[in-house]
Amino acid sequence: MKKLLSIVLAGLMILSLAACTKESPAVEPVENQENNGGENNVTPDEGQTEAANVKVGFIFLHDDNSTYDLNFINGAKEACDKLGVEYVLKTNIPEGQECYETACDLADSGCNIVFADSFGHEDFLIEAAKEYPDVEFCHATGTKAHTANLPNYHNAFASIYEGRYLAGVAAGMKLNEMIENGDFKADEAKIGYVGAYTYAEVISGYTAFFLGARSECPTATMEVTFTGSWYDETAEKEGAMKLINNGCKLISQHADSMGAPTACETNNIPNVSYNGSTESVAPNTFIVSSRINWAPYFELIINSVANGQAIPTDYTGTMETGSVVLTDLGAKAPAEGTQAKLDAVKKELQDGTRKVFDTDTFTVNGEKVNSYMADVDTDEAYEGDHEVIANGAFNESADGFRSAPYFDLRIDGIKLLDEQY
Amino acid sequence: MKKGSEPIFHIVKRDVAPWYKSWGVRAIAIIAALLVCGIITTLTTGLNPIKVYATFAQGAFGSARKVWITMQNMSVLLIISLALTPAFKMRFWNIGGEGQVLAGALATAACMICLGDKVPNALLIVIMTVSALAAGALWGFIPAFFKAKWNTNETLSTLMMNYIATQIVAFFTIVWEVPKGSFTVGIINSSSNAGWLPQLFGQKYLLPIVVAAVVTASMFVYLKYSKHGYEIAVVGESEKTAKYVGMKTEKIIIRTMILSGALCGLAGWILVGGINHTITTTINSGQGFTAVMVSWLAKFNPITMIFTSFLIIFLERGAGEISTSFGLNQSFSDILTGIILFFIIGCEFFITYKIVPRKKKTK
Repeated sequence: MKKLLSIVLAGLMILSLAACTKESPAVEPVENQENNGGENNVTPDEGQTEAANVKVGFIFLHDDNSTYDLNFINGAKEACDKLGVEYVLKTNIPEGQECYETACDLADSGCNIVFADSFGHEDFLIEAAKEYPDVEFCHATGTKAHTANLPNYHNAFASIYEGRYLAGVAAGMKLNEMIENGDFKADEAKIGYVGAYTYAEVISGYTAFFLGARSECPTATMEVTFTGSWYDETAEKEGAMKLINNGCKLISQHADSMGAPTACETNNIPNVSYNGSTESVAPNTFIVSSRINWAPYFELIINSVANGQAIPTDYTGTMETGSVVLTDLGAKAPAEGTQAKLDAVKKELQDGTRKVFDTDTFTVNGEKVNSYMADVDTDEAYEGDHEVIANGAFNESADGFRSAPYFDLRIDGIKLLDEQY
Repeated sequence: MKKGSEPIFHIVKRDVAPWYKSWGVRAIAIIAALLVCGIITTLTTGLNPIKVYATFAQGAFGSARKVWITMQNMSVLLIISLALTPAFKMRFWNIGGEGQVLAGALATAACMICLGDKVPNALLIVIMTVSALAAGALWGFIPAFFKAKWNTNETLSTLMMNYIATQIVAFFTIVWEVPKGSFTVGIINSSSNAGWLPQLFGQKYLLPIVVAAVVTASMFVYLKYSKHGYEIAVVGESEKTAKYVGMKTEKIIIRTMILSGALCGLAGWILVGGINHTITTTINSGQGFTAVMVSWLAKFNPITMIFTSFLIIFLERGAGEISTSFGLNQSFSDILTGIILFFIIGCEFFITYKIVPRKKKTK
């Protein structure tokens, strides 16, 4: 017995020695760190495009359990694999100094581009951008690039309100179908919406969704509840339950867990999703989901760096760039003819004959909106600083303003159940 | 005696094990933990475990910056652990470190936001320090007062104070958020840097390390050589004895918890003023609870706590690194951390007790 033990111990010592010698060289040259990579550090084949010299570091607030982050992770993998560039994914990075540290760490390890996906990362990414002027820092959903005056710091978003509007059209058709079937009366066509915060991005999203639904089902109304978190499965489920108990006939959400889709599936209430298909958890009730496809933006920034071109300071992806997309329709829940209708409306949006925030389609306090100063430049005053109503519509995420949404009007027909967040 | 009635082994309490024996048991536990981790890694992912361990070490020491961050995180955890220690020694189960740190963090942030452009920077930092200590102390005082006066259960009350602190921080995050509805305060005074704690010798990671070193040394002396430290030990051993010899136990409990809370407040002060320069409900990321383990593992010895806090941070950073490098989900690294901690905590049993097998029958 003792002999056996000593043999095992001796073996272990050799192993640990081997481990020590292995790790020591990696401490000096940073590049060596990547050699131990598994599937996440993809080393490109030789003889590919110039993009092969580019290395991208991604910072995510959560991991692939969050539909929001999963959407970014998929886009990152797709773009990097397509262009054959090396990349590093950092998940579960909170919105604090750790974001700055991670960004610096990625820059230290040879990344030419560092990308972060959550709004609260912005300030910390800017700090890192100041420290590493030769590295490009790109940030989704942020608002400060156009005023920060840092050549290597960039914001990006997409005209996702168009995707929301289309998803709303699908929702409106479903409501119409249920009215025709005699499930409820036309004036009972109430939609429920689970939002995260009373934040412009959320308000813009649910308003666009509602306007899309109302373009099909004119009697539609909507109730919105807020969870106070971007990811809180329990709160989202409870929020959806509350709306269903309030008599909502269809639910949509802007929060990142499976909470609301699951609640809908259990109660057989149709659901319009966000960030990606939730058909796997809601096969009977999933209608469609809008999402931002980040791969085109990632390809753009990688190619820009590879070719020595400037990255746009504030980039808005659109349906044309392939950034705003709808998932495939659900197999069971959507109303008949939804796909054809969506294609038609999409065409109208693209050629400009239909506008999402057409001021003729909504009112605020019973009146048409002819002028609105939106808070485009982030400052502590929250004051409107840009006139955004032009050509009969609210110009969301438009050229000359910024990519992140700033539509924060409270339009008639939408009732906010709680505003504490 | 009937055959088979004697159990196969007995569990017998050891005399105090000599240091080489207890550390030997711990070393074996760590080796066994690494072995089990290696087996599980290979079975579930097919990766070479040695490579995984090497990456693990890189997470903490892979570059100069990583070493600094490891030291910085370790310092913050160490300060919180030291803060909890006098209460634990007194057998007062302070599970409220999280809330006490948040109270200190909130007070610091409030000073930075409200007074940032009104008072000179040096004065601002003094005000920040005092309010952080006071806020933490208050958060420690409340449960201690109830315990001393009405013998309420401090485990529950300190725990509940955590939730209150989190919600108050959430409330103020909404008050201070920029822009409206975003639930983020952003970097406070990012242009003026008012209230940012100074960098020592131009090295921004140094301040928490120095503070932690000072707190460790002071706590060691306080617990071991001061009259207060002795009183804490006596109350911890037996409150009745303490009362019998004429100690005012109520006063000792309250005084110790004020100290405990104030030191947690100091950790919050470093987190906001020295490191993050912002406030969120998760700024402390659960370290108030992790510190309980750090303090216990070190058997309430401030010097040993340097090693246990290092161990925890090393595991945490290494686990994060392997989840990134090998494309594994964060949960996988949590599993490994869990296994290692299981062995380390479990081995304490074998240090306190020994297993005596049934004696073989002599024929």
